[in-house]
Amino acid sequence: MDDIFGIPAPLLFGQLLLGLINGAFYAMLSLGLAVIFGLLNIVNMAHGAQFMMGAFAAWMLLAWFGIGYWWALLLAPIIIAITGIILERLLISRLYKLDHLYGLLLTFGLALIIEGVFRNEFGSSGLPYRIPDALSGAWDLGFMFMPVYRGWVVIAALVLCLATWLIIEKTRLGAYLRAATENAALVQAFGVNVPRMVTLTYGFGVALAAVGGVLAAPIYSVNPQMGSNLIIVVFATVVIGGMGSILGAILTGFTLGVVEGLTKVFWPEASATVIFVIMAIVLLARPAGLFGRA
Amino acid sequence: MASDTTITAGALAASEKPGEGVWGFSRAQIIALGALVVFLAVAPFVLYPVFLMKLLCFALFACAFNLLIGYVGLLSFGHAAYFGMGGYLAGHAAKVWGLTPELSIIVGGATAAALGAVAGWIAIRRQGIYFAMITLALAQMVYFFCVQAPFTGGEDGIQAIPRGNLLGVLPLDRDMNMYWVVVAVFLGGFLLIHRIIHSPYGQVLKSIRENEPRATSLGYRTDDYKLMAFILSATLAGVAGATKSLVFGIATLTDVHWAMSGEVVLMTLVGGLGTVFGPLVGAAVIVTMQNYLAEMGAWVTVIQGVIFVACVIAFRRGIVGEIARLLKVKL
Repeated sequence: MDDIFGIPAPLLFGQLLLGLINGAFYAMLSLGLAVIFGLLNIVNMAHGAQFMMGAFAAWMLLAWFGIGYWWALLLAPIIIAITGIILERLLISRLYKLDHLYGLLLTFGLALIIEGVFRNEFGSSGLPYRIPDALSGAWDLGFMFMPVYRGWVVIAALVLCLATWLIIEKTRLGAYLRAATENAALVQAFGVNVPRMVTLTYGFGVALAAVGGVLAAPIYSVNPQMGSNLIIVVFATVVIGGMGSILGAILTGFTLGVVEGLTKVFWPEASATVIFVIMAIVLLARPAGLFGRA
Repeated sequence: MASDTTITAGALAASEKPGEGVWGFSRAQIIALGALVVFLAVAPFVLYPVFLMKLLCFALFACAFNLLIGYVGLLSFGHAAYFGMGGYLAGHAAKVWGLTPELSIIVGGATAAALGAVAGWIAIRRQGIYFAMITLALAQMVYFFCVQAPFTGGEDGIQAIPRGNLLGVLPLDRDMNMYWVVVAVFLGGFLLIHRIIHSPYGQVLKSIRENEPRATSLGYRTDDYKLMAFILSATLAGVAGATKSLVFGIATLTDVHWAMSGEVVLMTLVGGLGTVFGPLVGAAVIVTMQNYLAEMGAWVTVIQGVIFVACVIAFRRGIVGEIARLLKVKL
């Protein structure tokens, strides 16, 4: 096999693909965070825990009820979104008139509770989730073997992200949402039920995290910590991209995943920190983020 | 005056009356401080000294954190980085370089100060929730550095750190000797923070907390003030971490992990954000709780989460903030 920059091509492409997959999760999670933040003005620290709950929901559906991957892809996000909506109604909605930092502290507490409960119930070693039959195997692309499931994750995440963008930018519902982000009181004066929209938006953001969890279940082992490690990188992604733009969040997520993958090839020791370094550089050069409004 | 919606509602229980009390302490604070000193003098003969030392280290850590959140309104979600790195460097200095304990603690504090200068310089470019996310991300970077760097010992940490002899004379292997050193470090840090808050510089910090654009328009370079506060806070957190690593003879990844950053937020929140004695009380509550619940494993995390939620929903002033409100004094 040919070498590229002195690196065996299969290794390079393999890491690129892994980077794209990580990028897909960064994009989906930062998108959900951005949508929630836009309307609720709350940084959802529980986002990682809800991603993990999505993966566990898929595992439970299979292990306890024999419900397979495809149904889980639909059911798990709905179940997790319902738990999110309950949390929003019971707890988060009490904080809208307070300093935004309280929302951050509350959702951090919720994340601790959720993770702790799952760790008590399932331990921290992780549970396997089998790749569905239709997506097992690998394609021979000529220059590398591409596991079908990994290709599917990248494509599914892209489609979901773009669909979210279309809904928010091109539909009437999305127009209401954007208007409420700008001025909720005015939108309410026009007769739109803003509190209900806020609740549903939170549910939608949480559902996005849960879909990510279901997609991640066959790749990573399903374990209680899978979300908390990811979410800090996603926060850095959000800071880099700025939360002002949906497309910006998607683009930033995928790009950073690829950059991280490439770093793993050329300078493995730095791969865990490269995204944080990029964040620092972006903050020094453009404090509002690449796509943010100052 | 800010309304009840701001993060430092606990600090606003009673308005400040200048000219009353001594050295900026109100009469209630003098009484509380006297009670604290008496408690610290009697406690080691009643309670286990190592437990008290742990409590005081975390109390200083929480006080340092409170300097930022309570008086500048900046929520740092990455203070474990300074606490943990202070601990690592102090441990390294004491064990490998063979420095005396007071120099080791200074090395730990200086490391945290340098780290805080860099992180603060980057983080103060954004406010509010972005500031929290940036400090969290930078702290995670420090965590990964500690996982990989050879001197930290990776998963094992730095073990068997000698307590040494204070100034080369007083052996600290005896718990009671170490205890008085820890008390001195804690009270020194505590009074320093109090002094900072009540200096003209501290008044500017408070004005930044209340209304940053107005402070800017009055001609203050608010970024310089915020950076200085960040460095001071990081330094004291580093001193707390350094002292803790000498007390226990060990510095590990636990102290740089984000969970530790969350814990210090919780301590300060429970005690009362923006109150002078709140972080101390909060640290006492959380450390005691961890001691009694140690066998419960992951349930401790759940209980901490529940306390977080309960405090944010129903108890935003914290213990000391509520007491201060009931007694109509400033604590």
